Amino acid sequence: MAATIVFIVLAAILIGAALGVITARNPVHAALFLVLAFVTSAGLWLLLEAEFLALVLVLVYVGAVMVLFLFVVMMLDIDSVTLRQGFVRYAPLGVVVAVIVLLEIGYVVWTQKLGVTFGTPLPHPAAFSNTRELGNVIYTSYVYPFEIAAVILLVGIIAAITLTLRRRIGTRHQDPAKQVRVSAKHGRIRIVKMPSEPKPGGESP
Amino acid sequence: MITLFDFLALSGVLFAISVAGVFLNRKNLILLLMCIELMLLAVNFNFIAFSRYLNDSAGQVFVFFILTVAAAESAIGLAILVVLFRNRRSINVEEMDSMKG
Repeated sequence: MAATIVFIVLAAILIGAALGVITARNPVHAALFLVLAFVTSAGLWLLLEAEFLALVLVLVYVGAVMVLFLFVVMMLDIDSVTLRQGFVRYAPLGVVVAVIVLLEIGYVVWTQKLGVTFGTPLPHPAAFSNTRELGNVIYTSYVYPFEIAAVILLVGIIAAITLTLRRRIGTRHQDPAKQVRVSAKHGRIRIVKMPSEPKPGGESP
Repeated sequence: MITLFDFLALSGVLFAISVAGVFLNRKNLILLLMCIELMLLAVNFNFIAFSRYLNDSAGQVFVFFILTVAAAESAIGLAILVVLFRNRRSINVEEMDSMKG
């Protein structure tokens, strides 16, 4: 009973946050609504006893991805008035498409509900560790997909850095190879011979 | 009692909202990326709900991989967005019809 109330409250917040994401005037507000949506989803995932993924959602999504979104939103000088120009014009089309998608999904889910009934799962015992169970599966049956996921992350890092790296003209950079190659004999010190100057106000020839 | 149907209905509503968001904010590239994140969240909801009600942890493994790929995708997407903004001074999707770099 308590779980049902929690589910209804969290689901209402989630739907409200999703509506906020798509209707917010300011992109910063949209990003913050998305953070709210992720946090409430993490709560709902805890209700489904997927504890590890709920924490990963908060840590990775709210902690990293949404902060990245906020960085980019604040870094770019976005003219949000121009970008919202077609909002009212496209609103009916958007609502119609959303209703069609909802009807399709609802039809499939409803017919399946009438056909097959899933029993309510028993709650896991107190000593059950969701993380251990997930680790047992990931490092045995799904070890190659896991490695591929790691490679995808590496490719993501390299791609993001190479895309945004730029050498500005006029900035000074160190060249470590040049620094290592330098030798004491020539390069570091240059001895300049200069003729000695006559003393000012000395004996005149 | 919460049934599987409730979770599927919730995720369906979430997906429909994010599809509507793609249509509403069709000019703002950064909001399009946010709507895609919301869609992925709705899909992950289905995976986790089925994993719970079928008592099979494979669904959670798939959510794990989807989270990984979505994080990489949004990082690269935002990097492309930054480069685009540097070149065009705008992130309006309608102005991206020229191939000139």
